[in-house]
Amino acid sequence: MGRYVIRRLLQMIPVFIGATLLIFLMVNVMGDPIAGLCGDRQCDPATATQLRREFGLDKPVWQQYATYMGNVFTGDFGTAFNGQEVTELMSGAFPVTVRLTVVAVLFEVVIGITLGVVTGLRRGRPVDTGVLLVTLVVISVPTFVTGLLLQLLLGVKWAWISPSVSSEAPFGELIVPGLVLASVSLAYVTRLTRTSIAENRRADYVRTAVAKGLPRRRVVTRHLLRNSLIPVITFIGTDIGALMGGAIVTERIFNIHGVGFQLYQGILRQNTQTVVGFVTVLVLVFLVANLLVDLLYAVLDPRIRYA
Amino acid sequence: MRGATHARWAVCATAAALAATACGGGGGGGSGGGGDGSGILSSSWGDPQNPLEPANTNEVQGGKVLDMLFRGLKRYDAESGEAEDMLAEKIETSDSQNFTVTVKDGWTFSNGEAVTAKSFVDAWNYGASLKNNQKNAYFFAYIDGYDKVHPEDGGKQTADTLSGLKVTGDRTFTVRLNQKFSTFPDTLGYAAFAPLPKAFFDDHAAWLKKPVGNGPYTVDSYAKGSVMKLRTWEGYPGEDEAQNGGVDLKVYTDNNTAYTDLMAGNLDLVDDVPASQLKNAKADLGDRYINTPAGIIQTLAFPHYDENWDKAGMEKVRTGLSRAIDREQITETIFQKTRTPATDWTSPVLGEDGGYKEGLCGDACEYDAAEAKKLIEEGGGLPGGQIKISYNADTGSHKEWVDAVCNSINNALDDDRACAGNPVGTFADFRNQITQSKMSGPFRAGWQMDYPLIQNFLQPLYYTNASSNDGKWTSEEFDDLVDKANAETDQAKAVGLFQQAEEVLRDDMGAIPLWYQNGSAGYSDRISDVALNPFSLPVYNEIKVS
Amino acid sequence: MPEHPTPPEEPRPLPAMPPGPHLPGDGPASEDGAIAATGMGGAMDLATEQGDSLRKGPAGPGAPGGAGGPGGPGGPDGTGPQEKPRSLWSDAWRDLRRNPVFIISGLVILFLVVISLWPSLIASGNPLKCDLAKSQEGSQPGHPFGYNGQGCDVYTRTVYGARVSVTVGVCATLGVAVLGSVLGGLAGFFGGAWDAILSRITDIFFAIPVVLGGLVLLSVVTSSTVWPVIGFMVLLGWPQLSRIARGSVISTRQNDYVQAARALGASNSRMMLRHITPNAVAPVIVVATIALGTYISLEATLSFLGVGLRPPTVSWGIDISSASQYIRTAPHALLWPAGALAVTVLAFIMLGDAVRDALDPKLR
Repeated sequence: MGRYVIRRLLQMIPVFIGATLLIFLMVNVMGDPIAGLCGDRQCDPATATQLRREFGLDKPVWQQYATYMGNVFTGDFGTAFNGQEVTELMSGAFPVTVRLTVVAVLFEVVIGITLGVVTGLRRGRPVDTGVLLVTLVVISVPTFVTGLLLQLLLGVKWAWISPSVSSEAPFGELIVPGLVLASVSLAYVTRLTRTSIAENRRADYVRTAVAKGLPRRRVVTRHLLRNSLIPVITFIGTDIGALMGGAIVTERIFNIHGVGFQLYQGILRQNTQTVVGFVTVLVLVFLVANLLVDLLYAVLDPRIRYA
Repeated sequence: MRGATHARWAVCATAAALAATACGGGGGGGSGGGGDGSGILSSSWGDPQNPLEPANTNEVQGGKVLDMLFRGLKRYDAESGEAEDMLAEKIETSDSQNFTVTVKDGWTFSNGEAVTAKSFVDAWNYGASLKNNQKNAYFFAYIDGYDKVHPEDGGKQTADTLSGLKVTGDRTFTVRLNQKFSTFPDTLGYAAFAPLPKAFFDDHAAWLKKPVGNGPYTVDSYAKGSVMKLRTWEGYPGEDEAQNGGVDLKVYTDNNTAYTDLMAGNLDLVDDVPASQLKNAKADLGDRYINTPAGIIQTLAFPHYDENWDKAGMEKVRTGLSRAIDREQITETIFQKTRTPATDWTSPVLGEDGGYKEGLCGDACEYDAAEAKKLIEEGGGLPGGQIKISYNADTGSHKEWVDAVCNSINNALDDDRACAGNPVGTFADFRNQITQSKMSGPFRAGWQMDYPLIQNFLQPLYYTNASSNDGKWTSEEFDDLVDKANAETDQAKAVGLFQQAEEVLRDDMGAIPLWYQNGSAGYSDRISDVALNPFSLPVYNEIKVS
Repeated sequence: MPEHPTPPEEPRPLPAMPPGPHLPGDGPASEDGAIAATGMGGAMDLATEQGDSLRKGPAGPGAPGGAGGPGGPGGPDGTGPQEKPRSLWSDAWRDLRRNPVFIISGLVILFLVVISLWPSLIASGNPLKCDLAKSQEGSQPGHPFGYNGQGCDVYTRTVYGARVSVTVGVCATLGVAVLGSVLGGLAGFFGGAWDAILSRITDIFFAIPVVLGGLVLLSVVTSSTVWPVIGFMVLLGWPQLSRIARGSVISTRQNDYVQAARALGASNSRMMLRHITPNAVAPVIVVATIALGTYISLEATLSFLGVGLRPPTVSWGIDISSASQYIRTAPHALLWPAGALAVTVLAFIMLGDAVRDALDPKLR
């Protein structure tokens, strides 16, 4: 196990370099960002040249990348176009996003798996049909609309929550945004759990456990659920990255200055430093999440072992 | 069904919430105040795109702060837009090229430092100098010596200061321009011409963290990306001192969220009502919704460098397109009257005397489907049988109106493929395609005035090779008339010449004027006396908090 | 590949499913597959029961065994003598043909395909004909669904939008499912270096933000067809499915029947096709059917970014996203295209469920 983990950690190095290079090139391919800085008019050529020189955009791409990576290893992630340091942007955005992601994942785990178990055990019952209909609504109505309607209902009409999240973004204010963010993933988690449960409840070990006279709760949680969780945690593992980096709509609606929002802004303004910086951190999150998922496989199913 | 019920309660919700929070309040500052001028209001804001230096701020969000922190030589009247003396005691000239400026006595920055002639000259030199990367440096281009401190060809900068600026006394300095420019003093109300204190130069980084100016407000605290707290400066020497205790500018990721917060009573002022809420704004806010003209015009520019658009007869096609656009209908339905159909190439905020002339465009801007079809056929038809209107998709929600314009053209020409939108992913890419002359069809062009002069609506946009002449339209006759107008010292005559130039532009339909944009704002019932100036910025110092 | 003893707690006698103990809460399976006549849920119930009754019915007279593993000739399971060797896949097809859930969802999908090909069959209007004067108006004679924000007829646009949306949804899902499950399956099956390489490639793809990828990859494309958009979705969508498939294969690989097949000398390809695929495919089907709906919406996101399908394309996604702006004033413009999307997703979820049930030997 220990060796496996070390090997996986070592594999992160090429992925890290590959991903940063890819993102770096992609932002570069988008073209010259300077033209977007001067509003609806042409930048005067002298200032544009000067800015290009300042941001290092006049150098060949490989040199820009080398310089950038060199700086990253000394902890310097560069500056955004508005003069703010990228590390400053990150230290503002990541804590908020991590909290939001934690809330969303908790929803996925608690609500998603519970609903999945219930519907899996009661396939075809009204509760199953009901959950299926909610799933359809969640998939076909855009997050923008659900978010906006929840905001108007809970934030304005009943005034249970504040419609926008304050800059400190404590957990309490992130519950509704977290739910909105998790909604589509909830649909996946519920259906995945439901299918696994329905499949495994007819497995021999479940029957054996029932035959042994174990209480139902124990059968469900210890035997049935544990063996049904592999696809679910795989999904959640892949989803963490998407939740952290792709929460653009949710973050905009609820005024959360998180990673998704900053990344989106960075991409639209073609700010290499911001985009690569944020994606770099996200890649690390992906890698660690995937490693954890792989290790969890072995915990959930002891037959799976890593050498 | 679900959607329908939701929408119904959403509307009720709003009404109820407004009634409920009217008393509850909970508004931004929270410190109350009760009409004695100490109440603090909260207002929506967006992150400025550039560092907050006066000569480096070219968009509304940064402009908002500068407008509160600084007072320049001139200031544009919030209602008429006219340039009035602020810090200037007098600006004298005998030849429209050499100006002597006298600064009023008694003005200081909020850190106590006196505002002197040097404060202006240093600031202007800083703004013009190439090495400081100031994006508004071109404002100083009329001042003698600009080519030395800011060589256009990217060559080496050979001087640090503008040779046309000279401090001649504690409160006087002279400005020598490189050409005659009779209305130069009227441009001095622009933020780029603001004075700067010594602190700006001594400790630049610290100043950027907490800017110090000479306006009615001071920065209390600034958390980048979330909130800037501005407080009334008690020692403000001017007459337009703040009627409230201060303003908290809260950064919103989306103006829709700001609007919702306003309805929930968490915010006092939204100065940019989102397009999708315009239809509800009247119902939600009643008379706390304002919609006033601003110095912004939207046009459709054409790629005159493309031979398809430059050949003979195309002026008829362009005029035909202009007549195929039902401006009334679009401004009413899509924009809910926050735009006014354009009938010239300037803006109503200039006023009759300033050069705005209603109906100058004449028939060419009036919707007439049959006439449009005829004109386009006479002119040889649309190039390639189809036009694509380019716009940037990332900001400003242009898709709505471009689609509406295209539908209008399609209906007029009775061909559902005659016109289609052509979104471009990012603003930078859009600008690159324009500056590199890569457009192949009409594209969106917007102009927000820098200062309320007719010159600002025409010269930068349509003069041959001007900085914002995106379509590369060119006409010797137009250029001549503009040159003459600039040299003319009599304002009425100058305006007349500019309008003649505008007629040249009309006859060739160099760009299709679409509509004048208004500023729209909504506010809570905690505050009163809210107004937007011609730059669509709220006049913060006038706002009263109850 | 390490071999592991089964956990001691679980003696695995590999029998067929006896009629024996059901879990509490599990309704008694009736021989003739009693139909709960309550809508969708009833139909699902039926699917399950049908699976049971089929086994007891014509499928296996006198052959109650063979369910522990994925049936089929040469499987590790000692099936009794059979009149005619039948593969798992033909069994599945037999089941499906009799499954009303499958038939209903199949008919819905057929209907969608027909209106995608010939929208004018049920809509006589022109989806591009819009009259701004009628913007956001509600239902009227001849225009049952009302008008959207641009004054276009919502009914006509919903019908005409099917072509693009169904094409994008189905093709992107198929592409992602095939590419993702093949690569993920291989990674999970072979493990070791292959797994390391394939998984790390998925990690790199995960790192690409959709917005950035769209702006970069799609803005260079000038084609006005749906294929670049579908290609883009496959390119960014496969890593997720690949990881799901890999996880599923890793856990299936450990099952006794697979180990047994290996011990009996089955080839890799045989093990993968006969033993692992049918047992590992369920999560892939579940994720793919839901993803179908999200791809239809993603198409609108790309259009919103200005890099998706070029105007004047008509699609549900585009209509849903533009109607979202007016949710407070004209919810009907959102309701119908979103409803069409929901029905499509429902049909595919039902189809996926039916296929999964048919493939699951444990239900047999």
